Amino acid sequence: MQLHDLEKAFQDKIDNEIKIEPKDWMPDAYRKTNVRQISQHAHSEIVGMLPEGNWISRAPSLKRKAILIAKVQDEAGHGLYLYSAAETLGTGRDQMIDDLHSGKAKYSSIFNYPTLTWADMGAVGWLVDGAAILNQVMLCRTSYGPYARANVRICKEESFHQRQGFESLMVLSNGTAEQKAMCQDAIDRWWWPSLMMFGPKDSESTNNDQSMKWKIKRKTNDELRQQFIDMAVQQVKVLGMTLPDADLKWNEERGHYDFGEINWDEFWNVVKGNGQCNKQRLEARKNAHTEGAWVREAATAYANKKAAKQLRKVA
Amino acid sequence: MEQLINYILQLADSNLILTQRNAAWCGHGPILEQDIAITNITLDLIGQSRNFYQYAAKLINESTDTKVTEDSLAYLRTEREFKNLLLTEQENGDWAQTIVRQFFYSVYQYFLYEKMQHSRDEQLAGIAAKSLKEVTYHVTWSGEWVIRLGDGTAESKERIEKAIIELWPYTGEMFLPEAYEISMVSAGIAPDITLLKNEWYKKVTDIFEEATISLPKDGFMQTGGKNGVHTEKLGYILSDLQYLQRTYPNATW
Repeated sequence: MQLHDLEKAFQDKIDNEIKIEPKDWMPDAYRKTNVRQISQHAHSEIVGMLPEGNWISRAPSLKRKAILIAKVQDEAGHGLYLYSAAETLGTGRDQMIDDLHSGKAKYSSIFNYPTLTWADMGAVGWLVDGAAILNQVMLCRTSYGPYARANVRICKEESFHQRQGFESLMVLSNGTAEQKAMCQDAIDRWWWPSLMMFGPKDSESTNNDQSMKWKIKRKTNDELRQQFIDMAVQQVKVLGMTLPDADLKWNEERGHYDFGEINWDEFWNVVKGNGQCNKQRLEARKNAHTEGAWVREAATAYANKKAAKQLRKVA
Repeated sequence: MEQLINYILQLADSNLILTQRNAAWCGHGPILEQDIAITNITLDLIGQSRNFYQYAAKLINESTDTKVTEDSLAYLRTEREFKNLLLTEQENGDWAQTIVRQFFYSVYQYFLYEKMQHSRDEQLAGIAAKSLKEVTYHVTWSGEWVIRLGDGTAESKERIEKAIIELWPYTGEMFLPEAYEISMVSAGIAPDITLLKNEWYKKVTDIFEEATISLPKDGFMQTGGKNGVHTEKLGYILSDLQYLQRTYPNATW
């Protein structure tokens, strides 16, 4: 088959909602885009363990501690499914991790913000996981089969996390004056960064068109962001808290809430490495890797010895 | 009753303090799969500690006028009231030290629960039977790591041998009963921990042999944890653990 026939057959599959599988022919750019996106998603899960891990030792009740540990562990699990999904495209986990550590691969910038109080655990669950879920629900229908299936598993757990986050904010919002203030403060700090999680405006985004055509994405950044805002405006009322945006207003004509201008300078600054925790998060990942090197070497050495013994037995 | 409560608190405290230690690996493990594995163990430990605290709280509330909960027991007692084994409060150190600490503790828990599932106290018997399934896996997992590190590379061997020397003095306490344990043994509630020592020793020796490492000579053993006399490390663990409950008294979380 000629290249353009292959391309046509590939696009036909996508147009007919047939998933692309690892052994199928695919354009190089499709493969590259998926590796970039899936590995970035995996890295986000792994780096995302750190800001929440920060509060495990100080969780204020045994129940909350158990929930938080389980949640952070789930994220490690998501990282595993996602690395495996990306590996089906021919890039190894070691390579992906090296790219994270060298700064070549990115992870979600939201995790470069600090978790300053206990209420941040609730706010991260409600807003950050909430924003991530919208994206991940869409990705359950992404065109690359292994990635779509990984997202189905992830979504089940994530929606549970989001409910837990919201529930823990509910408790704070019904608590003492100090707890209420803690709750509002966390919402104030996490609101705008959560909106930034959907990425630049459609008019500024470089990857949207091709990704939509290949059905890697099915909704644009702006569509997802709007969906999130419309949802959060209702939910915050249940909490009896407010969102820190004076311009939030129902727009009858659009059927959506209008909202204020996002501070894109802040967004790009954090992307470029100037968030409060960029260095700290990457350092933590690199340290875990470097300090774990001898452990991995020992495991390999032992596995080799064992295999050699087995071989001698057979011989 | 007080003896029984002390006995249960000691079981709860050891699990909680080790939870607190192990949880620090979450997100920082040497291999993603092992980060998940040790966190699984941590989740089992906190689950066990909650079962014990809840039972202790029930007994305390029934026998006195106070109203305690699993959280007030975990979050509002002091350094001198915690009864955890000294072993559980020792630092994570490197992966070898964490593994050895887990292995020593899990093997001890295995034999303890194996006997405790036949306790005359139905509640304790039930918790032990349920926990035994979990701990069986902890013994396998940590034992396999002892073998891998012992029989892995020269560096891993050196590290695990160092960890064993570091932690060995905290193993004797596991088999030395305090007054409240002795009274529970005669009541048919608690297993006689002095009798666990040989089984523990044998299991540890077997695994060490496979790991091509040797057992330290019996040396001086540190004690005190079960009576609330701890190493300096515990105070820091509690200040972390209890920070929010101490800062905002009577709040609900």
